Amino acid sequence: MANNVLAFAESRGGDLRKVAYESVTVARVLADATGGDVHVVVAGPPGIAAKAGALGTYGADVVTVVEHAAFADYNPEALSALLADRAKSGGYRVVALIASAQGKDLAPRVAGKLGVPLASDLTTVRLDGDKVVGTHPVNTGKVIATVTLAANPAVVSLRPGAVTAAEKPRSARVETAAPSGDPAASRVKVTQTIAGNTAKLDLGDAPVIVSGGRGLKAPENFKLVEDLAAAFGNAAVGATRAVTDDGWRPHSDQIGQTGRQVSPNLYVAVGISGAIQHLAGMRTSKTIVAINKDPEAPIFKVADYGIVGDVLEVVPALTAAVKAAKAH
Amino acid sequence: MKIAVCIKRVPEMDVRFKIAPSGTSVDETGLKWDMSDFDGYAVEAALQMTEKLGSGEVVVVTVGPDAAQETLRKALSMGAARAIHLKADPIPFDNFAIARALAAELQGGGYDLILFGKMSIDSSNGAVGPITAELLNLPCVAAASKLEVANGKGTARRELEGAAELLEFPLPAVVSIDEGVARPRYPSLKGIMAAKKKPLEVKPAQLGDVRMTVSTMALPPERPPGRILGDGVAAVPELVRLLQTEAKVL
Repeated sequence: MANNVLAFAESRGGDLRKVAYESVTVARVLADATGGDVHVVVAGPPGIAAKAGALGTYGADVVTVVEHAAFADYNPEALSALLADRAKSGGYRVVALIASAQGKDLAPRVAGKLGVPLASDLTTVRLDGDKVVGTHPVNTGKVIATVTLAANPAVVSLRPGAVTAAEKPRSARVETAAPSGDPAASRVKVTQTIAGNTAKLDLGDAPVIVSGGRGLKAPENFKLVEDLAAAFGNAAVGATRAVTDDGWRPHSDQIGQTGRQVSPNLYVAVGISGAIQHLAGMRTSKTIVAINKDPEAPIFKVADYGIVGDVLEVVPALTAAVKAAKAH
Repeated sequence: MKIAVCIKRVPEMDVRFKIAPSGTSVDETGLKWDMSDFDGYAVEAALQMTEKLGSGEVVVVTVGPDAAQETLRKALSMGAARAIHLKADPIPFDNFAIARALAAELQGGGYDLILFGKMSIDSSNGAVGPITAELLNLPCVAAASKLEVANGKGTARRELEGAAELLEFPLPAVVSIDEGVARPRYPSLKGIMAAKKKPLEVKPAQLGDVRMTVSTMALPPERPPGRILGDGVAAVPELVRLLQTEAKVL
């Protein structure tokens, strides 16, 4: 029994999010190491139960669904109470979440309710005897800490995208359950969820990120960055802090130490000098391309491929070439 | 309005870190230290709230070694009224233990609001604030990008992936602060002089059991050296070729 793993499947607006499958995959790998089962908790508004079966595809053995109108928006107090109560009742070895925006808020609450520390934002996790061991980037990703957790259960959150959701079909038993307490009585209430542009890829999900900096010279030149992103087709647009501070782009687009930390397959830095602050947010990208007029710019030290030149000339040419390559 | 702000002393990040001989921490030789970035936003947000109200008290609290008093003094020089140093050397990596020490201090302190940075820039866990809230059984919002309080109620905004949410909660409450809430002020000379005379209380941190530890610290693998492919538009075809054949991302 104590070999089982409890996973939280995140939803928004009545649908499971991609990270829900990642957390089930994490739980499946941990449970397989000791022959345990994977139990998954899903909470949402009435109708969410119809989505729960999909979690079996990724390795859930039991899916517990809690439907309540007060779960239509994120309900941190009711969700953390539900997860903590489940974790206590089941004698779980590990409780696994993903460190998404929601998971970063939820995971420490669950740990707090269970009276244990949280191993947060891990890039890997494994069992080691009676301990749980994970790796976690610290000091803005310049140092990797290996963390040992001697608490029971071990509450862990994995960095989004660190684990790729993998199909491992099980015939999941889906059961419904009541919430812990009254979810409508939570003290913290989400009064509104403001949907962004749903057609826009989020920086955390995009396989390609094209990012712009001061080298673009004027806010209207960000059009070049957007055009290049559109040419890739699967790209999101990011920005440096200098640019978001000047109001050229919204704060939510900022990549860096105090903004988003991303690791796409391809990161294209356009007119970005490569200040430490910015590198902290993108240095783990798989392939980095830099286009900058200054050959001494620090961005070239981390870039796999660099072009020295005027971004206003090079970027449109690259956009055309990418379009041509995609057309083949 | 009585506000506590929990802050941490962290190394400045614009250096090449070395690993200490123990293999479980960074080598502190030559490092410069400062208040963690997000904690600076939290201190500023607290000061602006009390300034706007024209009354109230901002108390700064830290868990750390003796040198962490410099960080407390910085917050005092920004305008906080007094400081509490909970001594722990070294600071354990266990966020529950730190939250336990903070909760023991804050419990019964009569705070309307307890602020944190959304995470410390060195250990990057973002867990101490919400765990402290659980231990104190207070409402909590983590990583607020906007925060307003009035009439015993708070409203906040949180940034999500491609979306945002607005929240409402009663005071007293715990809120951890994201960037965007307030740009921290620089201490004035007058502020620095005044800070020297402000009360700074020192007590041992009641950490309890430590159940999360760092077993090793290591530098990430170096990126292989990059290549400058050429100048200007002429280099574009070679870049596209490499993205297709070598990096296989196009």
